[in-house]
Amino acid sequence: MKLRETIIEKLLLACSLLTIFTTVGIIGVLIFETIGFFKEVSLIEFLTDTEWTPLFSNKRFGILPLLTGTLLTTLIATVVAVPLGLTIAVYLSEYSHKTVRNLVKPMLEVLAAVPTVVYGYFALVFVTPMFQKIIPSLAGFNALSPGIVMGIMILPLVSSLSEDALYAVPKSLREGSFALGATKFQTSWKVIVPSAFSGISVSIILAISRAIGETMIVAIAAGQQPRLTFDPTVPIETMTTYIVQVSLGDVPHDSVEYRTIFAVGMTLFVVTLLLNNISFWLKKKFQKHHR
Amino acid sequence: MGKKGKSKIKKRLKYFSNTRVYEYQDQAFKYFGLFCTLIGVVVLMLLLGDVLYRGLSRLDWDFIMGLPSRRAARAGIFTAWVGTLWIMVLTAVIAFPIGISAGLYLEEYNKRSRLSNIIEINIANLAGVPSIIYGLLGLELFARALRLGESVLTGALTLSLLILPIIIVSTREALKAVPYSIREGSYALGASKWQTIWFQVLPAGVSGIFTGVILSLSRAIGETAPLIVIGALTFVPFVPEGVLDSFTVLPIQIFNWVSRPQKEFSENAAAAIIILLSITFIMNGIAVYIRHKWQKKVKW
Repeated sequence: MKLRETIIEKLLLACSLLTIFTTVGIIGVLIFETIGFFKEVSLIEFLTDTEWTPLFSNKRFGILPLLTGTLLTTLIATVVAVPLGLTIAVYLSEYSHKTVRNLVKPMLEVLAAVPTVVYGYFALVFVTPMFQKIIPSLAGFNALSPGIVMGIMILPLVSSLSEDALYAVPKSLREGSFALGATKFQTSWKVIVPSAFSGISVSIILAISRAIGETMIVAIAAGQQPRLTFDPTVPIETMTTYIVQVSLGDVPHDSVEYRTIFAVGMTLFVVTLLLNNISFWLKKKFQKHHR
Repeated sequence: MGKKGKSKIKKRLKYFSNTRVYEYQDQAFKYFGLFCTLIGVVVLMLLLGDVLYRGLSRLDWDFIMGLPSRRAARAGIFTAWVGTLWIMVLTAVIAFPIGISAGLYLEEYNKRSRLSNIIEINIANLAGVPSIIYGLLGLELFARALRLGESVLTGALTLSLLILPIIIVSTREALKAVPYSIREGSYALGASKWQTIWFQVLPAGVSGIFTGVILSLSRAIGETAPLIVIGALTFVPFVPEGVLDSFTVLPIQIFNWVSRPQKEFSENAAAAIIILLSITFIMNGIAVYIRHKWQKKVKW
């Protein structure tokens, strides 16, 4: 009996240790192939060259165009999702009637459940042609429409996590503010939002991190032309799209072209890991603050 | 706004006391908030409307049972949805037992140990890793090092690693909701730890766990990027017959069709999206139903 209990416990432990091996595996694979990559390409070229053309005969390995591509789409998504998400969070937590809340929240959750390839289709087939009527110079592939659609995709993340943060603000703060004669608007924006600030920042950082790692929307609608620009109307390429592009092609294994996707993957991994850990740190601080 | 408009507003403001202005501001924000909330809903409606408008006419029995073709009008999604089914079942078989076991260990056994703490932080980090990175891991580890190639098994293993953090976290949440008195009652009757978990805790938490695993599986079938990276093919004219056969899935088929410039192919994509969204929404619906029923029924 005792033996059986011990065996079961060890088995369960092994299952949870698998997650550690996953992390070790990811980091190991990325480091191994990235080292191979940097044997052939200098780190300085990788970080400072302004062109990314590993698949052409004249190979250049500057990640800056891919970084700006990712930055641009992420920026557009953030500009859409943060003000909208925060307003929705304040509205749902401070203003809305219970029936509206119960009706709208599941719908926003549906937005989060839609597969990203569907959003990509939507950006390319619906949003871009719509914008082309307003901005005739908009190219068929551009950063604008996938950025905006990505903003809609991360909207539920911002709104629901921010709402949780607003909800956690003690009721006494609201009552104190009302007692001083403040309106709901003043209370929400000058008392509640500032005191939920760290929780709201957590939601924003997580949303940004999600946008940086998002692949299918940009792979479908933003194009495959790495270029160093902040013009949202022309085709660009993000880090994630580049990995997809190489995966779809016929690049021989153990070539420098093949290793580029791991170097790009490493960059992507480091950036998102950094952002996620900033958000964990903020969350921890925030929990202590409220106790 | 012109100069005239501005001065007009200034004049108007004089008539109101500050309080009145603030009251208007308050009312205005109420409608603005409602408007913003509706934007999300409207976009969802537009998306669904567009997909139905473009895809519904293309959707018929021949499309669902048809093999892929280079001609849009003859192409079907048979191999794609069979591939999705393979991936779904295999991923469930691999990820569910491991994920639930890990959740059990972290919640019921060494809750406060240093190792559990490290595992916990690690899981939180894994949940934030972009899915395409899991594809790179699957490509090197399963497809190349273990020589499984671009097979169904490679795909399922990769997606299993991807959804493990979700399963573990939701399992732990479900187990947390089981009151401690249930465990104490079981121990008092002389049950061992595992007997308590197996006969009391798991049955009490099963609906919560189910909700979590169904949601994680619905996430897995919508994933495209990691499967493309491990080398899943975009054109597969046959269905996989074993776990080592190559495969394609619905999202990859959709991606393939969307990437083509011809209008007919985007209609195909829309029709395939209807099927994919139906599967996703049905699974989410089941999860919500279970959660709802569970909340109503169980009163400790």
